[in-house]
Amino acid sequence: MQTVEKKPFFDQLMNGTNFDADSLSALQKVTLRAVVMSFIFFGLVALEGMIMRMVQTGPANPLPEMFSHPDHYFSIMTVHPIVGIFGSTYQLVFAAFMFLVPYLTKKPLYSVKLANFVWLCITIGTALAWIAGFIWQYAPLYTLYWPLPADTEQFSIVGGFVFVVGVALIMVGTLGFIYNIYATIFARVGVHKNKTTKELLISGFGIDGLMNLIHKLTGKPPYSKEPALSLPVVAIFRGTVDTFLDAIVILGAGILVLVYLIADAGGLSWDVHAVDSLLYKNYFWWGLDLVADGLVLIYVAGSWYLLATIITGQKLFMENVARAALLLELFVSWMVWSHHLLADQPQPEMMKLVSGEMVTAFELLTQGLALFITLVTLWKARPLKMTPELAYLLGGLVGFGLAVPAGIIQADMGLNRVLHNTQWISFAHFHIALIVGLYMTLYSALYVLWPLVTNNTKLFSKKLTWAHFWLYLIGGVGMGAFAGMAGLDGMLRRHLYVDGEFGGLMILAAIFGSMVLIAWFLFLYNIVMSVGLKGLIGIFKPANNDIASYGIEEEPEPAPAAVKA
Amino acid sequence: MFQTSIELLKFHWMAYTIYALLIISVIAWFGYNLGRKEKARSWVRIPFYGYIAFLVAGGVGHHIFTYNAIPWVAEDIMRHDIKADREYDISIERHKWKLPEEQMVANMGEKVRFNVRSRDLTYGFGLFRKDGTMVMQMQVVPKHDNDILWTFHECGTFDLTSTEYAGPRQYEKHTGEDLMLVKDALVVHCNDKFASK
Repeated sequence: MQTVEKKPFFDQLMNGTNFDADSLSALQKVTLRAVVMSFIFFGLVALEGMIMRMVQTGPANPLPEMFSHPDHYFSIMTVHPIVGIFGSTYQLVFAAFMFLVPYLTKKPLYSVKLANFVWLCITIGTALAWIAGFIWQYAPLYTLYWPLPADTEQFSIVGGFVFVVGVALIMVGTLGFIYNIYATIFARVGVHKNKTTKELLISGFGIDGLMNLIHKLTGKPPYSKEPALSLPVVAIFRGTVDTFLDAIVILGAGILVLVYLIADAGGLSWDVHAVDSLLYKNYFWWGLDLVADGLVLIYVAGSWYLLATIITGQKLFMENVARAALLLELFVSWMVWSHHLLADQPQPEMMKLVSGEMVTAFELLTQGLALFITLVTLWKARPLKMTPELAYLLGGLVGFGLAVPAGIIQADMGLNRVLHNTQWISFAHFHIALIVGLYMTLYSALYVLWPLVTNNTKLFSKKLTWAHFWLYLIGGVGMGAFAGMAGLDGMLRRHLYVDGEFGGLMILAAIFGSMVLIAWFLFLYNIVMSVGLKGLIGIFKPANNDIASYGIEEEPEPAPAAVKA
Repeated sequence: MFQTSIELLKFHWMAYTIYALLIISVIAWFGYNLGRKEKARSWVRIPFYGYIAFLVAGGVGHHIFTYNAIPWVAEDIMRHDIKADREYDISIERHKWKLPEEQMVANMGEKVRFNVRSRDLTYGFGLFRKDGTMVMQMQVVPKHDNDILWTFHECGTFDLTSTEYAGPRQYEKHTGEDLMLVKDALVVHCNDKFASK
């Protein structure tokens, strides 16, 4: 990572270091557009999080009283995960992968227009969902427990309509991303010119890795010496399968809610209990769980593998095992949803035992393997320079090292009885997984990809990068720890406490949470001072060249005359 | 091994804190040694298959441990075959509990079955100690039978509230007061025989 001589403040703010937006290709521009939107949404979600933390500290909090009103509070809580998971995380992951697949396969992205459609859809969709909360205070929370989203006694029909349309747009954008990724992976150009769809599919699902392991154990020659797809592309392919299923389920649930809202607006009073609540919960959680237990874990494992190989410049340790583990995760991620329903007494006990407890426990194995493989790959390449990208990668490993066991603990019938719906699961598990585990991995990817995506733009300040790292790591872990402890003391999530019942721990959580917010400001300042405001605007202007790949462009077919000659 | 949920939660707090400090230390140690030229001396050398065995043992052993150490797990699975000492039928509609008695009562050591039915939304049925810690809870899925059998190994007066979000109407519009909170909903009388256990 290069740093740069400082210019006068205003000059630096306007012009950045050496960033030239006009030199960017169409692929680089579309990647950066999504990254910019992602970090704007990250700031919004961090602010929302801090508002909620401060409300929970009790009456002494300095916020205006309206933030403690239930309508207002729960509308913030409803849009918080939508903005965070879809507006920020999805955008960042999609941006990285729409750049990485062409980069890793040396093929052009199938469609830059579609990529632009994707970030626009997700941005507008997230904004609509947020507006539904802000203006109409539509607040069913992301759980969408039937029939709560269609409860027109508590929520306005217009608010519900705008919210569902927003979420639907996000899902349409997601389907666009999936189509773009698959069309790129399966395009028979460049290195995949002579590959069949079957070969690409076998590799995409990690079957070749499993076959190689079986062949090794049985003493046969390797099934495949050169897999059709590199390991990070396999992870992207695999994770995208779950993204597809998840998008279909959420879109389906949204349409169902919309049907009821439209009927209600038309004066029809349809019985919401025509849809069985438990069946709906199973359907909804099966799909939603694919975001967490399918998509995140697989994408993250793939990102770790990619980052470890790029940082060390060496081959991944136990690559066949890693490929086979991604195949195993396919079955695990589809069969674990019932851990969300362990506290539902009408849920069949066998479902709780097999899906909720036993299969879920396998995530310890799949994620533990990814952690082990990444660590050994790094260890074998010692000594390594502690660069920010390496530090962020280690931070990501810490995050999942903390969050995965925290989730496994909750996915137990004994502990779930006293942990379900508490702040333990919100903070010790998924906030740590997202804020520390996923985001630190993504920051590592961002710093690795930064020179490639920005044509070697120098970063404004290395000191700010390190300040961001430490504030973010300590703030994220601290907030998760103290708010998680409040959960052990009985503090519920999705519950409003206005008298400071858990005030002590909430003040500590707010202090550490504010470190995350400050870290985001430092990061934003560093990036803006690197690309400059002019450069930032330039990212959103049309690209001068239409190149859609980073690597070897598709070989042009020889002209007929040349063939004859 | 554990009699009450508070004992379990205290143990869990301790065990997970130790684990968290351990994993942070391991990665920190690892990161420190990644940059060193001289060979790092590790305290333990973990072979791959040993590590896999550890993960499997951790995942499966965790459930075996809790099944044997936490009294309500087996009781919950077998609850339909267990005769309760007391039974309470409770219903909820429009964010209001309909309790069978103003104050439910039980004796320590008794098995109490709570049958809770929602007529509209999804709620949660949660009992809390006076210090705010949770005794136990379950989800209440509308139009389904939601029952929980609980043996009270502690005495005291417990509050009841919904542990699941069912819309903002659970709270007073301006003050944010929890309208589903029923203070002193259940009294469990002490019983020396069980207390001595």
